[in-house]
Amino acid sequence: MKLLVCLKQILDPDVPARDFQIDPAAKAARRGGANLVTNIFCENAVETALQFREAAGGDVKVTALCYGESSAEDCLRKAMAMTVDEACLVERDGNTNPDAAAVGRVLAAAIRRLEQDGGAFDAVLVGRESGDWGVGQTGGVLAEELGRPALGFVESLQPGNGGATLRRQTDVGIEVAEAEPPFLVTITNNEDNVPRIPKTRDVMMSYRKPLQKLSLGDLELDSEEIRAGSSIFEVEEIFIPTDEVECELAEGDTLEERVDQLAKRIHEVVASIG
Amino acid sequence: MANVAVCVLGSLGYDRAAQGAAGAGRALAESVGGELHALVIGPAEDDAVAALATVADRVVVGANEALRDYQPEQALQAAQQLHAAGGGDYGAVLLGNDTYSQEIAPRLAHRLGGSSMADAAAIRMDGDHLLAQRTAYGGKAISIYRLKKQPAVVWLRARGFEPAPEQPSAGEVASVDLALDEPRIRITGREVAEQEGVRLEDAQIIVSGGRGLGGPEPFQELKKLADSIGAEQGASRAACDAGWVPPNWQVGQTGKKVAPELYIAVAISGASQHLLGMGDSKVVAAINTDADAPIFKHCSFGIVEDYKAVVPLLTEKLQAIAR
Ligand SMILES: Cc1cc2nc3c(=O)[nH]c(=O)nc-3n(C[C@H](O)[C@H](O)[C@H](O)COP(=O)(O)OP(=O)(O)OC[C@H]3O[C@@H](n4cnc5c(N)ncnc54)[C@H](O)[C@@H]3O)c2cc1C
Ligand SMILES: Nc1ncnc2c1ncn2[C@@H]1O[C@H](COP(=O)(O)O)[C@@H](O)[C@H]1O
Repeated sequence: MKLLVCLKQILDPDVPARDFQIDPAAKAARRGGANLVTNIFCENAVETALQFREAAGGDVKVTALCYGESSAEDCLRKAMAMTVDEACLVERDGNTNPDAAAVGRVLAAAIRRLEQDGGAFDAVLVGRESGDWGVGQTGGVLAEELGRPALGFVESLQPGNGGATLRRQTDVGIEVAEAEPPFLVTITNNEDNVPRIPKTRDVMMSYRKPLQKLSLGDLELDSEEIRAGSSIFEVEEIFIPTDEVECELAEGDTLEERVDQLAKRIHEVVASIG
Repeated sequence: MANVAVCVLGSLGYDRAAQGAAGAGRALAESVGGELHALVIGPAEDDAVAALATVADRVVVGANEALRDYQPEQALQAAQQLHAAGGGDYGAVLLGNDTYSQEIAPRLAHRLGGSSMADAAAIRMDGDHLLAQRTAYGGKAISIYRLKKQPAVVWLRARGFEPAPEQPSAGEVASVDLALDEPRIRITGREVAEQEGVRLEDAQIIVSGGRGLGGPEPFQELKKLADSIGAEQGASRAACDAGWVPPNWQVGQTGKKVAPELYIAVAISGASQHLLGMGDSKVVAAINTDADAPIFKHCSFGIVEDYKAVVPLLTEKLQAIAR
């Protein structure tokens, strides 16, 4: 079987609020001293794909795909260090924050191109949402562009019945599904798909694995619309909310006194609810 | 733009999320002088349909029995056909924040040639475009998106919207038979997580635990604290990822968005992604060893102390007050 994982490079979401700034002209966050990292749900997706390969035991190949700037090569190298077999970077052109329609069309064209050369991908895995803008629309758009059935919020993928058995999270529990290839899933986190830390040897090996680079021109997608990257939505405005409040800390000489104060405050609120 | 539609899963009925979506839809429809229609994917209980008819000008229900059992591909086909049956010229199609609505929204938008957006906390029309306000960068910023194509298919942070007002006369209800294909992804099993008490989204008081608890056992300690004040239990992503508590306890950007009267955060640092899920709480209290933890910038009162020392004593005192 063949699996493809879509990776997005984002500004490190762990940047503390006090260091976070907006660039009003770009209508986006200022990079400042922040690192660029792979979106966490994409790493969960890589981990899920690798676990599928391990469970299948046989001939499963995992490919990573990213539409991004040249720095996104780091994300793909890291995925290969996690033991993904091969990777492809489509070099981004134009809008630095393209909408889901542009990204979905680019990824779909790249997938078709890779399939021409190496056969169909049975499963495409994307993250449930990205840790920067978090719009979570790319998976759905990509499923439609590829004409594949899809399931969201999947936490595990197991080989079964010629296809895969999926487990996914809902607001009330878990659902199990059977999927016939080709299909698409969006991946969420659980305790079992925490991304593995690459071994030193695999980091070195990753530099020997194939990383294909494509341009929009190679995909015959070199259109104004794709480069403009905002056919369905665009950021109109962005600002930092000011919502800090004064916190009253429990005081007193002894722990007993401090906890007593805390208990009284909690009780006040609880009593007011009635 | 002419009319506005609210799209509801029949199996979920006219729940709080659907009520909020209908409320947002009515306000939007009024702002442009259009009607509010309800598109119901699959047969619903009679009282849910009746309730929708009191708030919408028109209700179109997919009659196929197969739709009772949610399957994403069939739900999508249904939504697309209901959209046409309802008139098809909607400026906006609004959905609630349940899992099913979240997964079909972007795909439905694509099929209808529209624009999609997730988790909108406020919406309004600007000419032909819908403007949707939501959080960005894990809650560190607020963004407003311009949705450039109609219909704007948006799932809403529905609890943030007032339920739709009843109309003077009930809307007309039409039941239609839809053409559905066999799905190639089939949901075969559902395990509803055991849940005592009310859903986190509806809880008045929540006690949440984080990574600082160090393991699953302290959640038992927190349960006693929660029981002493009639609270439900939640957690940070770090605690869920560690497997200490089930994933549906997670509060935050990618977990539950809660809005209790009182939220007590125990050993949770207050990362923006967590705050995003509990920022609408009326009163927030924190127990944390680190006085510089960001949570203290977002709570009304708290204590800088080890939870191991605080929680048992606090529980005892609250039990005593309750007696
Ligand atoms: C895209 C994305 C989505 C995310 N979605 C969510 C989400 O939905 N929900 C969510 O919660 N997180 C989410 N996160 C993760 C988030 O960024 C934080 O990593 C997470 O909230 C941290 O959890 P925590 O506060 O429990 O752990 P930590 O940040 O490690 O904090 C532990 C706290 O416990 C305190 N502590 C330690 N020992 C004790 C003690 N003995 N007594 C008292 N206090 C103690 C420490 O001082 C510290 O403040 C998301 C991240 C990303 C990138
Ligand atoms: N530029 C991109 N390149 C590759 N995959 C992407 C890109 N943008 C989004 N994705 C995928 O879509 C998921 C959801 O992203 P988003 O819709 O932006 O929230 C991500 O986790 C990725 O798997």
